[in-house]
Amino acid sequence: MALYSDKVMDHFRNPRNVGAIEDADAIGEVGNAKCGDIMKIYLKIENDIIVDVKFETFGCGSAIASSSMATELIKGKPLSEALNLTNKAVTEALDGLPAHKIHCSVLAEQAIKSALKDYYTRNNIEYDHDLIPDDVECAHCHD
Amino acid sequence: MKIYADNAATTRTSRTAIDAMIPYMESIYGNPSSLYEFGQEAKVALEDARSRMANILGCEPREILFTSGGSEADNQAIISAAYLGAKKGKKHIISTSVEHHAVLHTLNKLAKEGFEITLLPVEPITGLITASQVEAALREDTALVTVMYANNEIGTIYPISEIGAVCKAHDVIFHTDAVQAVGHININVKEENIDMLSLSAHKFHGPRGVGALYCRRGINLTNIIEGGAQERGKRAGTENLPGIVGMTVALEEAVANIEKTTCHLLPLRARLIAGLSKIPHSSLNGDKVSRLPSNVNFCFEGIEGESLLLLLDDKGIAASSGSACTSGSLDPSHVLLAIGRVHDVAHGSLRLSIGEDITESDIDYIIESVASVVEYLRNMSPIWRDLVNGKREFIL
Repeated sequence: MALYSDKVMDHFRNPRNVGAIEDADAIGEVGNAKCGDIMKIYLKIENDIIVDVKFETFGCGSAIASSSMATELIKGKPLSEALNLTNKAVTEALDGLPAHKIHCSVLAEQAIKSALKDYYTRNNIEYDHDLIPDDVECAHCHD
Repeated sequence: MKIYADNAATTRTSRTAIDAMIPYMESIYGNPSSLYEFGQEAKVALEDARSRMANILGCEPREILFTSGGSEADNQAIISAAYLGAKKGKKHIISTSVEHHAVLHTLNKLAKEGFEITLLPVEPITGLITASQVEAALREDTALVTVMYANNEIGTIYPISEIGAVCKAHDVIFHTDAVQAVGHININVKEENIDMLSLSAHKFHGPRGVGALYCRRGINLTNIIEGGAQERGKRAGTENLPGIVGMTVALEEAVANIEKTTCHLLPLRARLIAGLSKIPHSSLNGDKVSRLPSNVNFCFEGIEGESLLLLLDDKGIAASSGSACTSGSLDPSHVLLAIGRVHDVAHGSLRLSIGEDITESDIDYIIESVASVVEYLRNMSPIWRDLVNGKREFIL
């Protein structure tokens, strides 16, 4: 299908890091069923490094591909790097997304931030509220 | 394996239609409005096509207007009836909440011009309406009733002749968008008291870009396209003669085979519905009985339709969905919402519209493929996890 790049189709057909981590150190979930996409990110963290990451996504092809790519981009990386992951980086790594699907990459960025927020909150660690808004939500649903 | 199961979107143009069209591009290419022989031959072919179309629908040739397709026919029918009504101070129109956008968006436009639109609610799941619902909604100032013959998404067939009788008794114009029905169901406009009917060639193995509007004699049409005096001055533009001939031939072929096609499709449709019903937490959309022989539409809980379509495409199956992601808007199909499916479930819909050449083994392959793709997507869906763990209640 010409709608998506080969990269998107590859990550959609063979998503990396699918599943759940039962003893996750942090879990983030964004989106809602009404809009048609929900992303859930599970993190395993050791010494401020993301040693494992898994995702579950309910959504369209680009939502699944964005989740897969986002998990690849943060796996093995320090938390500080994951915190700075932007939707633009996800989109670029996927060789682009159609304009009306950009929100899928936004959702992926937010899902990771939501998981990081969970980690910081669980461990009483101060974090930058500019990088993680208090209300991490699927923006396009509330336009 | 390649299975085309999206015949409600468009169909393969039949060989007979293609062969019939070629002479009107290669040799009889004149403009039907021209006086010389090239043109006059074309004119004869044009009027021959009109008579044959009229013969199939059970009307007079002069009651057939050729258009660019179903959307144009819907627009022109509705606007014409509305403006005729307005001249007599009648500015109320009755329709349903499950019409095609060609109808609904035209009605929205008329609402902005001061017309009052009543959209009848449909029965949950089946999507049906009754003639008595229409009768109860009629008012002194009702100018038009427009109800589709068969629904493009859920396949429900509406009680058109009953509604036609009600409209006739109350002297209200009755239009039906029969784009999904013509060529698939036997239709006679006079017997069914239909005043106006829209049809589109590419839904019955004719070419794209051509359709027709049947308009009962005595109903004055308003032009949508202004210009030359073609189509009795009611639709300007040089006639698409190859398309018109192709449409006519395709319709004759489809109508001649209606019984055969229906007998072939009904058991296969039943097999497909039975097979997909075995997928847990799934549900059929549309009526079980009053339904197009080609249509199967299901909702599967916990998954989203676009990913379902992409993975089915990988397996060689072409289908369609009413999810928001495939519609390009934030909301899933208005038809699925109108039949009472909530957003969460409507996003996980699948429409299969099978064609004449489908086989039993194709059906079994579709069932097997859909079941495995649904299971695969559910296994990566956080909603499905919550449903299974009892954190969220199953709807289906």
